[in-house]
Amino acid sequence: MKISNLHRLVQMAATASVAMGLAVSAHAQEEPKLIINGEQEMITHAIPPAYIDGLSESISGWVFRTKETQALELDDFDNPGMIFVDQAQELWDKEMGPENKSCASCHGDVSSMKGVRTVMPKFNEKAGELWTLEDYINDSLTTHMGMEPWGYTSTEMTAMAALIGNQSRGMPMNVAIDGPAAPYWAKGKEMYYTRTGVLELSCASCHEDNYGNYIRADHLSQGQINGMPSYRMKNAKLNGIHARFKGCVKDTKAETYKPGGPEFHALELYVASRGNGLSVESPSVRN
Amino acid sequence: MAKGVKPRVKVPKKATAGEVITIKTLISHKMESGQRKDKDGNIIPRSIINTFTCDFNGQNVISVELHGAVSTNPYFQFEAKVPESGEFVFTWLDDDGSTYTDKKSITVA
Amino acid sequence: MNFTRREALIIGAGAVTAAALPMQAFAAAIDDAIAAFTGGAETTDSGITLTAPEIAENGNTVPISVSAPGAESITILASGNPTPNVLTFTFGPLAGSQEASSRIRLAGTQDVIAIAKMKDGTFAMTSSAVKVTIGGCGG
Ligand code: HEC
Ligand code: HEC
Repeated sequence: MKISNLHRLVQMAATASVAMGLAVSAHAQEEPKLIINGEQEMITHAIPPAYIDGLSESISGWVFRTKETQALELDDFDNPGMIFVDQAQELWDKEMGPENKSCASCHGDVSSMKGVRTVMPKFNEKAGELWTLEDYINDSLTTHMGMEPWGYTSTEMTAMAALIGNQSRGMPMNVAIDGPAAPYWAKGKEMYYTRTGVLELSCASCHEDNYGNYIRADHLSQGQINGMPSYRMKNAKLNGIHARFKGCVKDTKAETYKPGGPEFHALELYVASRGNGLSVESPSVRN
Repeated sequence: MAKGVKPRVKVPKKATAGEVITIKTLISHKMESGQRKDKDGNIIPRSIINTFTCDFNGQNVISVELHGAVSTNPYFQFEAKVPESGEFVFTWLDDDGSTYTDKKSITVA
Repeated sequence: MNFTRREALIIGAGAVTAAALPMQAFAAAIDDAIAAFTGGAETTDSGITLTAPEIAENGNTVPISVSAPGAESITILASGNPTPNVLTFTFGPLAGSQEASSRIRLAGTQDVIAIAKMKDGTFAMTSSAVKVTIGGCGG
């Protein structure tokens, strides 16, 4: 295949760094701090767990954005993702389904969900499977409320994930990868390093080997998920973890997996573990 | 009335007489510019917030005329002079004829 | 850097596609929009400040702020959008300053123009070049 074809496929360009006078390495610059509402400081740099061999430092995706994009996450009023969090709060309190129950009927104030996001995904003993936050929400809807499950990447689901995630904002991610979770983690790790698609790129090609560089004028981050769900300026809505994975796999011109499917469950656990120690930022703001 | 439209405003609760305060406003709205096409290639009709005003005790602070190039969920930040205690009234006018309002009181100590 | 030779080639191929906009096509529209606001009057370039990012990571949400002490109203125009008018701020008697911020959409790399109508009937104009990247890779 000719270079020009490849070029057309992804239009990657490192030119941005040079052309726009941005050829400053992330480390040479003074690192800005992510302090939300002027009071809550997020951990944006952490030492990754010893079992992560490819990274010497875990860095939040926020650090790689321009100062204008960063500013949107500094204040809850300025963060458009908070609109959806407000909507999910109404949903949390709303009586729904055949049994006329709300999430609050059983869980009380949503602050009871504090800490939940930091350990997701986790192995669910009852089901004998690895469950994400979305799976727990759907389980409550179906087994505790007699309702139909929400679509895995639906607006309600992503907003609810953001509201629940928001209760843990600032707390460090801390997923478990041992015991029954170990095989999922191993599968996720393999996926992370496997080159796929027409372009033969793995997650690691971009997010481990090249973070800090520019691709098609985009400043590459480590592809961390501590900020999820994130409000993206690109589509002006909240985006969940699997929706983002799907987009990244598509960019390598590979057959993508189904959001909510077993592959992305395993990948989510592995990617989450690469960011153990980084603060939950839900909802973050990205481009 | 467009779906899911909800105004949000941020105004300090207190001020001193004559103080200049910062106000932020945001309304959740798609701001359909009238320049996008649907799957079948038909133009999606324009549906935007076209006017925003902020008044205090009946006197105007700012008014804004908006076009299709204002982002989804229109956001404004501006400053107001607060001569006395009273109420801010915020109004957004939608292309579809709907009006959305929000009010915030402020106390001058 | 661990890119393979082939990847390095892809990345090095370099595409600043955003720069190649059909600017001329919109030139007439922007002139008309300026004239509509100023009524054809001369403009000065002092007394107005426009703050916009040098690089916008996405054209959907570009933060801008404008300040023109003594202005009655300020209009913002996007020279490279199919329709140049973006918004007009009109300041009332209780405005704390003639300064305001918003978030706007830019169809590509272009100049954003701000024109203030002063209380004495004169006009001040400034512009700011915003480079819009086709970013937002990864879906
Ligand atoms: C009838 C009671 C009931 C209602 C209503 C209910 N839940 Fe639950 N939920 C539970 C129980 C019980 C658990 C504990 C896990 C289990 O055994 O299923 C749980 C667990 C969860 C968890 C996992 C918490 C953790 O610590 O792992 C989440 C998240 C959750 N629910 C979200 C929701 C949401 C969102 C709603 C509303 C849409 C909701 N729940 C409504 C009973 C309920
Ligand atoms: C061709 C390069 C490329 C590949 C391969 C790639 N991504 Fe990305 N990814 C990007 C770009 C560009 C972005 C947007 C800028 C950024 O945050 O890095 C992004 C963003 C992300 C984000 C959002 C980060 C945040 O802070 O919100 C996640 C998560 C992510 N990628 C995960 C993955 C995973 C998992 C894989 C492998 C399945 C993958 N990516 C493969 C280019 C890539």
